Amino acid sequence: MDIQVMKVGVVSCSGEEIPEGTLCRLACRKVLDERPGETVTICLPLFIAGGEEERTFASNYPTITVDGCDKMCAAKATEMLSGKPAKSLSIPEILKKHGLKPPEKLRHFGPEEEAAVKAVAEEIAQAVDEVLEED
Amino acid sequence: MGKKHKKVVVLPCSGIGKVYGAVARETMYELLERVRPDTVATTCLPLLVIKDPEAVALVTENPVITIDGCPKDCAKKSVEALGKVVDKAYEAIKFYKEHKDLKPEGIAEVNETGRKLAAVAAEEVTAEVDRLAAGEGA
Repeated sequence: MDIQVMKVGVVSCSGEEIPEGTLCRLACRKVLDERPGETVTICLPLFIAGGEEERTFASNYPTITVDGCDKMCAAKATEMLSGKPAKSLSIPEILKKHGLKPPEKLRHFGPEEEAAVKAVAEEIAQAVDEVLEED
Repeated sequence: MGKKHKKVVVLPCSGIGKVYGAVARETMYELLERVRPDTVATTCLPLLVIKDPEAVALVTENPVITIDGCPKDCAKKSVEALGKVVDKAYEAIKFYKEHKDLKPEGIAEVNETGRKLAAVAAEEVTAEVDRLAAGEGA
């Protein structure tokens, strides 16, 4: 008998141009590392650069997108090229909710950015729980 | 010699699954923040995926160097999907193959050795940045 383990897709904004992009990548990676059995990711540009397997990502996994700015690339690209995300999270909204300042550095995050990374990762993890419960 | 360019766009891999994606990004940040801050520009790769007009203009109107983290070449292919041929394409693993004493570790961000490798890589890419800025085509 096949036992299928449900996994949730996490698609991160890569945001190379903005500090929130780095925050997004670090928080998503943290969740992927802490929940390896329940989460899976894909590099967003693979929706264009990859093949059929990559483009069916959001059909194969209920997907949470995490965006670093209001352009919402991850949410838009996932919906446009793969499938409607189950949930879309926004870093500016999460930071506002937690009363945290946006990071100012593009790289080499340290203790100053730790609270923001933790807060975003917790919100993603909570969204993963909610999606798993729904399914 | 062709037209001189004020900006040369460097686009790294955006992945969070492999060390060489992080090396690619770190190399771009070295160029952007330390080595050629007045010349190098970047944009978020997903902005090209959703065809953001400003990002598309930046990429189509300036020379472009891509640094990919794996053979899937997302950065290069994302540019090509806009009908633009990249001026120079690197795969980050090449820098490690040439500097085996600098083995990078880390996925979302590289460790200290990875930063050293990226600094060395950035110096190599700088020659290409300068050449393209001077209007010497690929």
